[in-house]
Amino acid sequence: MSDTAYAVGAVTVVAVTTMAVGAFGLRRASRTSDFYVASRAVSPRWNAAAIGGEYLSAASFLGIAGLVLAYGYDVLWYPVGYTAGYLVLLAVVAAPLRRSGAYTLPDFAEIRLRSPAVRRAASLLVVLIGWLYLVPQLQGASLTLRTQTGAPHWLGGFVVCCVVVTAVAGGGMRSITFAQAFQFWLKFTALLVPAVVVLSVWHQRHDSIGDGYPTAQRATTVTTASETKIRVQTAEMLQVSGQLDGRDVDARVSLAAGEHRLGAHTRVALREGDVVPVITSLPDQRNGDWLRPLGSGKDHPLYASLSLILAICLGTMGLPHVLVRFYTNPDGRDARRTTLFVIVLLSSFYLLPTVFGALGRRYVPDLLLTGDTDATVLLLPERMLGGLPGSLLGALVTAGAFAAFLSTASGLTVSVAGVLSQDVVGRGRDAKRAHRIRAFRFSSIVAVGVPYALSLPSARLGLAAVVGLAFAVAASSFCPLLVLGIWWRRLTDVGALAGLITGGVLATAAVLVTVIGGARDGWIGALLEQPAAWAVPLAFGVMVLASVLTPGRVHPDVARVMVRLHAPESLDLALARSAEAAQQPAPVPAPRTTPVRAEVVDRSSR
Amino acid sequence: MTGKPPVRRVRVTHQRTEAVTRLPVRPPIREIDEQTRLGEVYMTSLVRSQRRLAIVVCALTTLLTGGIALLGALSPRFSHTRVLGMDAPWLVLGVLVYPALIGLAAYAVRHAERNEHDFTHLVHRR
Repeated sequence: MSDTAYAVGAVTVVAVTTMAVGAFGLRRASRTSDFYVASRAVSPRWNAAAIGGEYLSAASFLGIAGLVLAYGYDVLWYPVGYTAGYLVLLAVVAAPLRRSGAYTLPDFAEIRLRSPAVRRAASLLVVLIGWLYLVPQLQGASLTLRTQTGAPHWLGGFVVCCVVVTAVAGGGMRSITFAQAFQFWLKFTALLVPAVVVLSVWHQRHDSIGDGYPTAQRATTVTTASETKIRVQTAEMLQVSGQLDGRDVDARVSLAAGEHRLGAHTRVALREGDVVPVITSLPDQRNGDWLRPLGSGKDHPLYASLSLILAICLGTMGLPHVLVRFYTNPDGRDARRTTLFVIVLLSSFYLLPTVFGALGRRYVPDLLLTGDTDATVLLLPERMLGGLPGSLLGALVTAGAFAAFLSTASGLTVSVAGVLSQDVVGRGRDAKRAHRIRAFRFSSIVAVGVPYALSLPSARLGLAAVVGLAFAVAASSFCPLLVLGIWWRRLTDVGALAGLITGGVLATAAVLVTVIGGARDGWIGALLEQPAAWAVPLAFGVMVLASVLTPGRVHPDVARVMVRLHAPESLDLALARSAEAAQQPAPVPAPRTTPVRAEVVDRSSR
Repeated sequence: MTGKPPVRRVRVTHQRTEAVTRLPVRPPIREIDEQTRLGEVYMTSLVRSQRRLAIVVCALTTLLTGGIALLGALSPRFSHTRVLGMDAPWLVLGVLVYPALIGLAAYAVRHAERNEHDFTHLVHRR
């Protein structure tokens, strides 16, 4: 009971703090541009922490450790990809994108190609990717609250929705910038402290993971939430109360090796040393394989690894909530420096989930039976320490997890709501300011409401895996648009549209088949589950081919746009400035931040 | 020290009037602003150097990640080596890869800024 109290307390503190910071920002947010991009006056370090805060989602905080527990070495590619994605973003798009002066991806499409059709396609994709990314955040929140307090499964997501709408509709992005930076450090601490503690406990115990099947480290009782198919690796005697293979049982029964069916709310008591049966949706490999490369138990693991790396590396630049943050940098150079800081912060953070996942294999293997491996981070400290220290650390990781859901969800909500209010709800940029702000607030409710509804019937695929699918869609649609738009003059609106549609539709179809139909076996399953390796080259190819076939549609002003994208601001080119003024797609032209700008000019024109 | 004779002084003179030498020199920055062919050549040179840097950084990233993936897939010895009490693959992909990524990022930032700095000098020259 006291554990529940700690967890509820932790969630309350995080939620109230987020809303309070939002309310504080409300008083300061006076212009429409404040709502969207914090007037572009945030220093690289703050901005980097804010990006990190926004980026480290449920997938990073809970999902990676859960995947490591279940699949082992191969999923270490997730955190590496999440970090390497920023390296690609830094090298390829960071500075030009900031210099384009666009607020959102659709804005970029319009500035570069001057095509309302491409803009609409981009808006649609932003909403799609945003929702795909929001669903696992809300599911993660529900899982966390259920695991830590026994709350009903809809509550966690609902709490997140309420807090996010309050904070976002209230303060817009300026407040979010400070809240995000704060939440990065909260998340980092919330994983670092327990990680250090559990590692030192592990060292004192001289424990090891071993090469055999995962076994219960101490007596544990597991209760299934719904009907569960499990695989028993070696024949063994287990205490089962409830339904087993369609019969009611309440005794120690002997389970033959092979598949069995447990009814809903069935309790399985594991004693120390019992081999843990594994839900059939997860692999049941021995620890010896689990530790090795390509031992994840999936079909075609090398293809899956490579395609995943590609999706994450190229998809990062197409995430709507990440890109909007880059506009808060004063100039292109700061955008690059910010990205470097982001990579440093992420590199430190991503050392930690692996620790939880690896130790989880030893101390919370019973999660393999229910398939709730995403709860690894939440349960490990309590399981290893017990008593008051365990409860306190459990509360700390709960707080961190909620920070993760809130920050990512609010960032995505700002982006999706921004697009919805500008391109769907709002009546273009001529509408009155008050009307636009009202449209933005209304859109923010829609932006979280829809994914909340989608998150309720939970077809569970693992938080990090669903997020990986969002990356795949972003990589096969926005990545070609950004890369070709920035570096290739001959991109045309027809080409961009064809590429966006090809990549977006194919990747989305593959994703939907996987999410709705579940994972399949063989090459078809591998190709559908990791579509990036074929969808990205295809989208690039179509975009290039269609552009080459329509040379007449290259915009006559492309040279001017190129100057604006690539010329350093310190040159203070009249051309770049006039291009920006002429094309400002934002509802209210954002004021250039004069102090920072003056300093840049100073330094270069000694 | 050799016994060479000291270098002879040469007097350099300049007629202190600008009227003669003042050809109509236009700073390159104006070529860009006015969108002349020359200005376009300047811009193309900047874009090309930045694009080359982007390609190099992406290639190095591919080499790093792809190399680790192939090493894990093809070398059983790598998979069974233990270093500092950790399995070598976990040490590489869980820890060591991150400093390498930071190094690449720092390289990218430094060189991109240098390219821009060089370009700024080029176009401010008279």
